[in-house]
Amino acid sequence: MKRAIAALPVLVALIFGAFFLWGLNPNRDPNAIPSVLISQPAPEFDLPAVEGTGVPGLTRADLSGNPEPVVVNVFASWCVPCRAEHAVLTRMVERDGIRLFGINYKDKPKDASAWLEDLGNPYERIGSDLNGRAGIEWGISGVPETFIVAGDGTVLYRYVGPVVGAEAEKQFATALAQARTKNGGES
Amino acid sequence: MRRPDEKEKHMIPEIGQFALALALGIALVQSVLPMLGAARGNLLWMRSARSSSIAQLVLIAISFAALMRSFVVSDFTVVNVVENSNSLKPMLFKIAGTWGSHEGSLLLWVLILAAFGAGVAMFGSNIPDALKARTLSVQAWISTGFLSFLLLTSNPFERVFPPPPDGTDLNPLLQDVGLAMHPPLLYFGYVGFSIVFSFAVAALIEGRVDAAWARWVRPWTLAAWMSLTAGIALGSWWAYYELGWGGWWFWDPVENVSFMPWLLGTALLHSAIVTEKRDAFKSWTILLAILTFSLSLLGTFIVRSGLLTSVHAFAVDPARGLYILGLLGISIGGSLALYAWRAPSMEGGGIFAPISREAGLLINNLLLATATGTVLFGTIYPLFMEAVTGEKISVGPPYFNSTFIPMMLPLVVVMGLGPFLSWKRADLKGVYQRLRFVAVLTGLAGLAVWYITQGGPVLAYLSVAIAFWLLFATLREWAFRIRLFDVPFSESVRRARNLPRAAHGMTMAHAGLAVAMFGFIGSSAWKSEEIVFVQPGDVIQIAGFDVRFDGVERVPGPNYLADRGTLVVTRDGESVTVLYPERRSYLVAQSTTTESAIRSTLAGDLYASLARPASEAVADQGAWTLRILYEPLVFFIWLGSVMLVLGGGLSLSDRRLRVGAPRRRPQSGPAVANPAE
Repeated sequence: MKRAIAALPVLVALIFGAFFLWGLNPNRDPNAIPSVLISQPAPEFDLPAVEGTGVPGLTRADLSGNPEPVVVNVFASWCVPCRAEHAVLTRMVERDGIRLFGINYKDKPKDASAWLEDLGNPYERIGSDLNGRAGIEWGISGVPETFIVAGDGTVLYRYVGPVVGAEAEKQFATALAQARTKNGGES
Repeated sequence: MRRPDEKEKHMIPEIGQFALALALGIALVQSVLPMLGAARGNLLWMRSARSSSIAQLVLIAISFAALMRSFVVSDFTVVNVVENSNSLKPMLFKIAGTWGSHEGSLLLWVLILAAFGAGVAMFGSNIPDALKARTLSVQAWISTGFLSFLLLTSNPFERVFPPPPDGTDLNPLLQDVGLAMHPPLLYFGYVGFSIVFSFAVAALIEGRVDAAWARWVRPWTLAAWMSLTAGIALGSWWAYYELGWGGWWFWDPVENVSFMPWLLGTALLHSAIVTEKRDAFKSWTILLAILTFSLSLLGTFIVRSGLLTSVHAFAVDPARGLYILGLLGISIGGSLALYAWRAPSMEGGGIFAPISREAGLLINNLLLATATGTVLFGTIYPLFMEAVTGEKISVGPPYFNSTFIPMMLPLVVVMGLGPFLSWKRADLKGVYQRLRFVAVLTGLAGLAVWYITQGGPVLAYLSVAIAFWLLFATLREWAFRIRLFDVPFSESVRRARNLPRAAHGMTMAHAGLAVAMFGFIGSSAWKSEEIVFVQPGDVIQIAGFDVRFDGVERVPGPNYLADRGTLVVTRDGESVTVLYPERRSYLVAQSTTTESAIRSTLAGDLYASLARPASEAVADQGAWTLRILYEPLVFFIWLGSVMLVLGGGLSLSDRRLRVGAPRRRPQSGPAVANPAE
């Protein structure tokens, strides 16, 4: 009995250790927030263009019937990380040929167009979500967030925070590649 | 300042790295030689631990100094400096940048580890050779593990060529005096328990634990406990003044991992008393010594592995996590396996009645250990849930408050009672007679609080009463020892002077906890808070104050730009103070911090912080979001913490524990009135 009790601490420690080992799995991100939208059709929304940019607005219909998966990025001119992310997204558009749509979240058109003029515009379409209504539909928790949407309008992937830095860009590129093969396989 | 010339710039970080490698070599030798010497009775081998411990300390100190120099002169050929410093940063924070990163803080970790080893080597002259040799060998095992971790996975001296023109700056949140001092103190506590762990493992290997062992270990436990107390209090102070959330404890995983060793270390301090005085609780004390340091290691692991989500963990790196987990497996698993093997053969010590000092301390230990388990469970639970069900959850303050507080309240009740109980068998009637007056006083004080506050949660009144109980009982016990008011005052003073310092220490620390409790309770139960949109000229009323918002202006700082608000505070028309909360934008690090403005008095803190309104439309009209809090009695938290640390210090300075001092002979002083003896 005495022996069993003395052995108890080490047994408990071993169980803890096993959980920790599991927790170290590099594919696990404790900060990731699962999205209920994954594998669901993208939500309904209809956003007007951002005034002064000359880029058309964005609606739900633009996300269906595409031959390839598209990327929807939620951004704002007041969001500092978006500035860093902008360069990455521009590179993806120019180099990898992704189709990029923007949701301009709670941003004044004047500021947004100045921002885009300053940094360049990688977006094919931009919806102005002045009151944050579409943001609620998409269930975003902050800006920036980036979604990959399949050609048929199904949401495949969500990235919270800026896609900046080697690790983040790799994760995003992997998700995009998977989306592309999946899309190709189905259609 | 003189710019270092290219040549010296290119050498010093390498010297630092080389010194670390040498320290690792020495640690390897020290891991084996003294241990073998103790087994074979070879005195020379045993004593080699002394010089090797000191050599380790010197080498790691050289390495640390080399890194610190790189920060001071802003040597941007060192990656660590580039990532965590900037030439515009004030000097104090350049120095603090040395331990601001994962690599640097780990270097500090091993420095403190070596300091405790060298401390025992130099000042532990009363410890028998064999025990000392084994202890230092075990300390060298830990040292080997962490030095190799540092050298293999987290080299703080890595270079970058060509060097960038300037660094990316330390996280501005961390640029605060309180925080600059917080890690060193916390680490001193955390890592200080390593030597207690080494003593415990050495005792298990030797197979002997007695009163003398407990006495040798006590000063080191106390020193570690004091630093940990100070470190946690400073961290909490930082969260309160810097983070601008208007709270001092959030049950964040990283806070919890520093709190758990504290709780268990407190249990250890008390159980070691029983081992020392009564030769009992031996295997329990050993287990506590092992577990306390295990929890410190766990803290190091959790903070650095990205296992849990927290506001202030280091960058995630699974490879490093795996290495530390390996170290944890060997040290915790190994020591507990050794415990499972050797502990059953330890003889139990003196027996005691259900009502006695021992029993009181047993309750203390049970409650503290259970509370630690509760906090551990709550901290790790999200991981368990995710592993078992795949569901993501987070455990927040409601869980901790509803499990932790109900355990602490009875603990505090027993704390008031315990010192009145005598060893072996206590006379309950005598205790009752002495405490009758205290109980009445507690009741009156509770009623007074109820009368003043006019309403509040029942739990708050109960807690206040319990805190008063602890305060009065502690003072009563101290008064009883020096026979205050029973004998002429000069006689009491003489008795106070002859009382062992440890007794004064206990009084101070227990009273400190009572004082801190007033702060905990006041600021959580009677806090008032207002969050409002304000335009210049608006007046907000809170806790009897009128706060007028006079607008925001932009002012430059050394490496930031600040939006500074002006708040004129009046009470009944009389001017009280002007508060200047700020939002600082750090240009290089591209982040903003909230500098709250606080007016602290004994009665409470008036606390204001400023934020941009979420809606741009409102912001355009010059409106700001203002958060104003009134937190009563917060000052007592810091006062109580200082008293806890001072109490530990008094106890540490007791002649009985003074390192190197001969033991006090019984006849060297008049007998001290002590109900316990």
